Amino acid sequence: MVSEKDVQHIAELADVGISPDQLGTFTHQFNAILEYFDILDRVEGQGAVAHDLINILREDEVEPSLPHDDVLRNAPAKEDGFIKAPRVM
Amino acid sequence: MSGEISFSPNDKYNAFLTTCKKAPHGSGKLAGVAVAIKDNISTKDIETTCASKILKGYVPPYNAHVIDLLKAEGAAIVGKTNMDEFGMGTTTENSGFGPTLNPCDTTRVPGGSSGGSAAAIAGGMVTMALGSDTGGSIRCPAAFCGIVGLKPSYGRVSRYGLIAYSNSLEQIGPMGKTVADVSKLMGVIAGYDRHDSTSRDKPYNHTPNAEIKGLKIGIPQEFFGEGVNPQVADVVRKAIGRLEELGATTVPCSIPSMEYALAAYYVTCTCEASSNLARFDGVRYGPAPDWRKSWHDAYQEVRSEAFGTEVRRRIMLGTFALSSGYYGRYYSKAQVARENVRADFNRIFADVDVIAGPTMPTVAFKLKEKSDPLSMYLADILTVPANLAGIPSISVPCGTSEGMPVGLQIMGRMFEDERVVDVAYAYEQEVN
Repeated sequence: MVSEKDVQHIAELADVGISPDQLGTFTHQFNAILEYFDILDRVEGQGAVAHDLINILREDEVEPSLPHDDVLRNAPAKEDGFIKAPRVM
Repeated sequence: MSGEISFSPNDKYNAFLTTCKKAPHGSGKLAGVAVAIKDNISTKDIETTCASKILKGYVPPYNAHVIDLLKAEGAAIVGKTNMDEFGMGTTTENSGFGPTLNPCDTTRVPGGSSGGSAAAIAGGMVTMALGSDTGGSIRCPAAFCGIVGLKPSYGRVSRYGLIAYSNSLEQIGPMGKTVADVSKLMGVIAGYDRHDSTSRDKPYNHTPNAEIKGLKIGIPQEFFGEGVNPQVADVVRKAIGRLEELGATTVPCSIPSMEYALAAYYVTCTCEASSNLARFDGVRYGPAPDWRKSWHDAYQEVRSEAFGTEVRRRIMLGTFALSSGYYGRYYSKAQVARENVRADFNRIFADVDVIAGPTMPTVAFKLKEKSDPLSMYLADILTVPANLAGIPSISVPCGTSEGMPVGLQIMGRMFEDERVVDVAYAYEQEVN
């Protein structure tokens, strides 16, 4: 079981936010889903082995990429050819 | 012969989010054929939103690999179809731009998440479309709308340019009015692409063959058990009977891992979604965050306003399942469960050629009928096993229940997409 406080915390961790009026319903539904996930407790063993999987890597060589203007086209705010982002510090 | 086709459909079903009034085309196998594209597949210079407000106005600077392949064969890209936001849903009601209606009965959902593509075909606006299938998103709407849809073997169709939701499960695949259309479209989109590190060199050069004499079909008891509507099960049993009349034999089988397959699926896809959808923060695309606020506050504001409820729920579920102290209990167990699903299929396919059952446990729901998220998730129980195992699976219309289409699902061995197409084709030719 997770509490409303837990759900609030997860929403903050995931940067998705949650309004106070949604918190009750969300917590209720969240718990119903987690209860269903409990069925995984019946699965024996830990850590699946990956079969038939190999890494596919290419040589680290410079290849043509998109023009600068195309890359910036969808950014809502730009400055001197860079994408503007909120302050981190 | 290159040219241009005019496309101004009377879209009564809200199947399209974007239509291209003048769609250029070239020459080739699909010369001048109108093809609709699910809105999570990137199309250069055509708005691509994943039916999410967070991508409203986003115009990709490049094409998905499948779009380049379609264009190289002369197809006309006529529009982008509605879907559940980022592919998260089973009804297309989770679109940020209003639901799509089922052309067979407009009081019902078309299924999802590729509901717009299915409705565009069922509504007669196009004959072919691309969808994507993470846990049934091609096959479910195909079944609900009475059309054909193929989820290819994982790795057979490039995901380059498919806006990622759950990378280890999803595949782009063909949808069409007939099995022949689906097969033709598959022939164009399959093949190796070096831009997708999970791509396999397995091109598809196949013409459907209706000869199925001697074919051995496994019938898993779980596909006809609890939770499956008895009338739907009956329609599908009769359809399998027609395949027997054509010379196929059936054997009962069991997929014990189905007990926890759905939980394994939802843990896996929400975990992958929580990581994939972190990129939507309004900085490189989408609505601008408030630059005066701190990083977390700014992102949270954009994401809480622009993501729909189901998307936020899945991001949160994934964030929780991957968080310290829970990883071993959820994600790690889900991967073991997934291995068990693969092992079950391998065991069964040692003895049978294909596995058949219903695509969906019921016919299309009424709009707003499923308001509880868990009951909605449960509707995916028959489609998710194929995604967990990576195997090909097709849905072909096989009759009606309550006047609504029912889909026959045929699953095959890894990379035997040709065989599931043949079985669907044999059934389709027999009944038409």
